Amino acid sequence: MIDKRADDLARAFEGLGDGISVMIGGFGDAGRPAYLLKALLDSGIKDLHFISNNAGDGDTGLGAFYHAGRVRKLSCSFPRGSVAPLMEKLIRAGEFELEVMPQGTLAERIRAAGAGIPAFFTPTSYGTLIAEGKETRDFDGRGHVLETALHADVALIHAEQADRFGNLTFRHLARNFSPLMASAAKRTIVEADHVVELGDIDAHNVHSPAIFTDLVYQCHDVPEDSWHDWRASA
Amino acid sequence: MTPLSRNGIAARVALDIQDGWHVNLGIGMPEMVANYLPEGREILLHSENGILGMGPSPAEEDVDWTLINAGKKPVTALPGASYFDHAWSFGIIRGRHLELCVLGGYQVAPNGDLANWARDANDPLPAIGGAMDLAAGAQRIFVMMTHNDKSGAPKLLESCSFPLTGAGIVKKVYTDLCVIDVADNRFTVTDMVEGLTREELQNRTGAPLHFADQVAVLKDPA
Repeated sequence: MIDKRADDLARAFEGLGDGISVMIGGFGDAGRPAYLLKALLDSGIKDLHFISNNAGDGDTGLGAFYHAGRVRKLSCSFPRGSVAPLMEKLIRAGEFELEVMPQGTLAERIRAAGAGIPAFFTPTSYGTLIAEGKETRDFDGRGHVLETALHADVALIHAEQADRFGNLTFRHLARNFSPLMASAAKRTIVEADHVVELGDIDAHNVHSPAIFTDLVYQCHDVPEDSWHDWRASA
Repeated sequence: MTPLSRNGIAARVALDIQDGWHVNLGIGMPEMVANYLPEGREILLHSENGILGMGPSPAEEDVDWTLINAGKKPVTALPGASYFDHAWSFGIIRGRHLELCVLGGYQVAPNGDLANWARDANDPLPAIGGAMDLAAGAQRIFVMMTHNDKSGAPKLLESCSFPLTGAGIVKKVYTDLCVIDVADNRFTVTDMVEGLTREELQNRTGAPLHFADQVAVLKDPA
């Protein structure tokens, strides 16, 4: 029997320790896995390498990890938002590393990791600072830049529906990076608004197939003030 | 002389978008172009975060925070819209399927170079987002920006001093003073606001200007 449903959040990060890389689905707040992020915060794991399009905002969700000093590195495309001044301070103190890349390159590096492609050439960033030091090659008279696959230990994903096999659907544009990240991580952990029976998600409508999913949790709201536990521990 | 308003620039850009085009409007000022798409033209708007057929912002009671544009603002999906993941969305961009992308700009040069993501190569927090993929992938790039920066310095220059977003990719520039064709390594003015002399426009520009045989008059929409 295949049943990826779980209740105990301690299982989510079992066997994992400091220094892991974590992909976080979502674009802005659309598809952001708040329930699992809170579980990661509560796990105490530190020296995290986050892979996420956005840096986060405020002192909840992703933002709480910077305040709590738990992130060592962020790979992203758009490090703006209200955490930017804090990130800048951490960078200057040598406590934090930022890797910024074009959004399509971030997406394709993740897709490549899940699809068994170790590297690829993209026209994006050719002739810019981002291409400096990277291998380039002309195809059909145009310059291209070699980029490598981006793997992770864990992916945290917010789905609208999940069944016990781990088939997923996403609401509107909450899909974004999530199916790619689900395929690229060694352990893909899903929180779902609705955990449904097999067959409730019609095979035509599966957005991320079961094979990429490892654990499925019923999602719960995270009270705003519960994020602030880092203040007590900081 | 009255410079165009931001809405005026957006309306002028929209006039050049053809029926049937698939268009990405960059974050910031280019988003305003959506409000001026000419009647009678069917134009599908694409957003990097996975939609083709994006519609206007919803009424407050209809806001769904899983339906937002690349600037994280609530939008709607028009009948005939489609959703897709980020790999596919950037496949649409890099695969040269979009007829047009309109981007904001810090600097543009006559060779078509565009700088719009960092004002300093040592910026500790450079924000690229989707701009470099759009610059490399759209069939044509229009840039929409003020003619001069807040200190009055020109943004149209012999060469970009800020880090490039893309090299040799800009086809047209729309400012609050004029419209410029970028081709053959030169700036050619095709439209100008009323009451501005060619000499004054040149003085506010950091690279030599050429002028089309017929220069149209630019005006804010009534």
